[in-house]
Amino acid sequence: MARAVTPRRKIITTAVAWAIGLLIFFPIYWTILTSFKTEAQAINDPPLFFSFDWTLENYAVVQERSDYMRFLWNSVILAGGSTLIGILVAIPAAWSMAFVPSRRTKDILLWMLSTKMLPAVGVLYPISLIFVQFNLLDTRGGLIAVLMLINLPIIVWMLYTYFKEIPIDILEAARMDGANLREEILYILTPMAIPGIASTILLNFILAWNEAFWTLNLTAANSAPLTAFIASYSSPEGLFFAKLSAASTMAIAPILILGWFSQKQLVRGLTFGAVK
Amino acid sequence: MSMRTALRATSALALCALATAATAQDTTITIATVNNGDMIRMQGYTNLFTEQTGIAVEWVTLEENVLRQRVTTDITTNGGQFDIMTIGMYETPIWGANGWLLPLDDLSEDYDVADILPAMRDGLSHDGTLYAAPFYGESSMVMYRTDLMEKAGLEMPKAPTWQFIREAAAAMDDPENDINGICLRGKAGWGEGGAFITVTANSFGARWFDEDWNAQFDQPEWKEALTFFVNLMNDYGPEGYATNGFNENLSLFQQGKCGIWIDATVAASFVTNPNDSTVADSVGFALAPNAEGVDKRSNWLWAWALAIPAGTQKEEAAKAFIEWATSKEYIELVAANEGWANVPPGARTSLYETPEYQEVPFAAMTLESINAADPTNPTVDPVPYVGIQFVAIPEFAGIATEVSQEFSAVYAGQQSIDEALEKAQALTNDAMEAAGYR
Amino acid sequence: MATQHSRSAARLMLAPAVVLLLGWMLVPLTLTLYLSFKKYLPLRGDSLQNGLEWVGFENYARFISSSAFWPSVQATLIIVGGVLLITVVLGVLLAILLDQPIWGQGIVRLFVIAPFFVMPTVSALVWKNMLMDPINGIFAHLWRFFGATPVSWLSDASVQSIILIVSWQWLPFATLILLTAIQSLDSEQLEAAEMDGASPLARFFYIVLPHLSRAITIVILIQTIFLLSIFAEIFVTTGGSFGTRTLTYLIFQRVVDSQNIGLGSAGGVYAIILANIVAIFLMRIVGKNLDR
Repeated sequence: MARAVTPRRKIITTAVAWAIGLLIFFPIYWTILTSFKTEAQAINDPPLFFSFDWTLENYAVVQERSDYMRFLWNSVILAGGSTLIGILVAIPAAWSMAFVPSRRTKDILLWMLSTKMLPAVGVLYPISLIFVQFNLLDTRGGLIAVLMLINLPIIVWMLYTYFKEIPIDILEAARMDGANLREEILYILTPMAIPGIASTILLNFILAWNEAFWTLNLTAANSAPLTAFIASYSSPEGLFFAKLSAASTMAIAPILILGWFSQKQLVRGLTFGAVK
Repeated sequence: MSMRTALRATSALALCALATAATAQDTTITIATVNNGDMIRMQGYTNLFTEQTGIAVEWVTLEENVLRQRVTTDITTNGGQFDIMTIGMYETPIWGANGWLLPLDDLSEDYDVADILPAMRDGLSHDGTLYAAPFYGESSMVMYRTDLMEKAGLEMPKAPTWQFIREAAAAMDDPENDINGICLRGKAGWGEGGAFITVTANSFGARWFDEDWNAQFDQPEWKEALTFFVNLMNDYGPEGYATNGFNENLSLFQQGKCGIWIDATVAASFVTNPNDSTVADSVGFALAPNAEGVDKRSNWLWAWALAIPAGTQKEEAAKAFIEWATSKEYIELVAANEGWANVPPGARTSLYETPEYQEVPFAAMTLESINAADPTNPTVDPVPYVGIQFVAIPEFAGIATEVSQEFSAVYAGQQSIDEALEKAQALTNDAMEAAGYR
Repeated sequence: MATQHSRSAARLMLAPAVVLLLGWMLVPLTLTLYLSFKKYLPLRGDSLQNGLEWVGFENYARFISSSAFWPSVQATLIIVGGVLLITVVLGVLLAILLDQPIWGQGIVRLFVIAPFFVMPTVSALVWKNMLMDPINGIFAHLWRFFGATPVSWLSDASVQSIILIVSWQWLPFATLILLTAIQSLDSEQLEAAEMDGASPLARFFYIVLPHLSRAITIVILIQTIFLLSIFAEIFVTTGGSFGTRTLTYLIFQRVVDSQNIGLGSAGGVYAIILANIVAIFLMRIVGKNLDR
């Protein structure tokens, strides 16, 4: 931004922004902090911010009770697999809608979004019965398919809006030079679309990672991801704040770190066509 | 007869052979279970079972509500994801009647089925056949702070009335020092506050249904019970008791913030455990109260039990596990490692005959409470159902969850007692009609 | 412009996505419709194999005549509307703030987007226990510190609490989209307005807000789709008590607690109808905005 800003104003806005940022982040900060306390210190009044004995005990207890790595690995596979397949299906669709639009393009797009409106609980039995029928319960493949289908409309929408911003003149120039459809997509569009694709992948990875209804109801021991892991810590007996915090931290840390590292990529494409 | 015996013998042999074969292949069984302390402790010992038998165990540990949702969907859609399910006294007879569970009528001699407490055995059977083996059983009882009672100059009788409980709660209530006279469940959910208000109502002479399955919330006994409960809790209960369930109250009591807590007998070992409880050495026990002049006490009966769904391919391995986990030997194993106070209680007669266990302060009162519970005869007036804090019909969980939500709204001060009872009456009758009872 | 060849190629490329989604929509929808006309009480031994009894519109009549139905529609609309209002208003303000030159902008942005990465179950658990617990929660400590009586958030201010929790999760999403939109605003236009003596408020209402209208519509559209089906936040915190039983949650109770699949399926059909009413309403606006 080119406007000149007085130092005083910058100080004030900085202070306000930091205060709000910390406020929003506080629940997560507090969870992480509590995970290093003992159970008694976790509920101490007044709350302890630094003056406590840092301990890794809660993490040890949680790990002993449930094999974290297995849940983590399932989360990675499910979120990664569903996003990857979703992208492969969505790129051609979004491409065709963005560059060869027809009168119905917008209707198709909105219809796709509307498939997300069927409440999951309403179809718990139908989907469960189908899964039983095809032996898909507790398989990664079945869950990947469900997660992919849930998020496909969002993927298509994001890619579509991103593709639309690519200037069409470039394509025409390429066509003049005799590029065919495949070359067009491979050498011209894809490089230009990579930021948008990256951000779509990230967003859908996050959405798939956090999906907690199907991943809980269609899994048992083999394919259960971190959402199932956390379901065994929601209300144990007695004092449990510290253990709950440790389990929560373990469940969100991977995606939080990934999100933070890639936030630039995520933000760049996260416009859904909002900017024009 | 000889023909049949011969057949049985051959099939038993074949099964044994199968079992050995299965064992040799290192079978893995999947068990869905609830995330409470005793179950988690058992998971820690599972490797001993695997060493003995070669059967590996996969655990799916879930919070109670998620577990119910998960296993019910699995059993009704024939999902077959689990070889053993942890279920309660409510589900077992219903599922057993539907043929969804394997009967546990051929457990080994050593296992000694006859040793299971009769109340538990009856509650986990359908038509006299056992369908689930109790891992632990519970009733409910009064737990109170002996030091505070002494300070208040009162003495808890062995079998108090609600009126005395109120008096004692009033005497111990001390907001200055952060002590609530009494802590009780108010949380919505049929197994939480719903269970508690139901047994309270029983002890005031109320019942869920008359003999023609008409809801009884329009009767004066329900109003009396609910009014008493609400007044008691508003006067001497903790802030926000409308969202307190077993866990919340346990943690309050352990922190010394309750004078009296009436809840599951299994809680006794947690509140007397000095590692977790700040009041471990000053807890007394008494039978769950009744209203003056009413011949039913407010104690319930429950068991977390292990059952085998009918679709499993690993019947023998699953049975082997159940025999191990609910055996006398398992109890001894826990006793040897963690002390007698921490063994899973309420399942076996022999436990209460063990001299070491008789020394545990809450043992006698737990047994007495369990024996005082009579699921076939839970209320003053006759009822068409079995079950004390629940009604053993498939529709109950849904109905009671909604009813208890109406009651919790009363506890939170969001509607009046009359409004809640009226809604409860209407929605119960409506649901019963939908299910074809009326 | 596009040739016939590229048109048919385009159709071919669109086909997999459309076919998959059509299947994903039609199969469960058909099954749900089918079950909604049936008496299906699995705990009473009903099963697809044994054949289900046809009951006509009985499930539909029963679902809508239940005393819980209209309150649940109301709760759904209040929660969705409340979250939308909070996230859009705060999102705009926050986006403007983050657009200012500040020290440590990157770190502040990390803080602000963090809630978006937290899975709903975890965020509900954390808010319920660590923050809102009336005895040991941080809010209770804070209230006591100032001499006030701690609030029982999840019973006394249940709907507000749910709105707060869900807003916390979705504020980052709104903020990010709005921030990108603000950054695309032509700063010369703003400067010109400033020189002409337009007050900051006037600049906001006449330049910034119109520029953001498209982004706001998108935020509302996408969030509504997700918010209509929020479940974990309610399941973990209030279990549907204290006026927080949304339509989704009511269906859950009918299907899972009561094990009345027919009734729940009828509820599912109502939920689809409600979602479509909201959707048509939304798409009118979005459609208009997208054409601009």
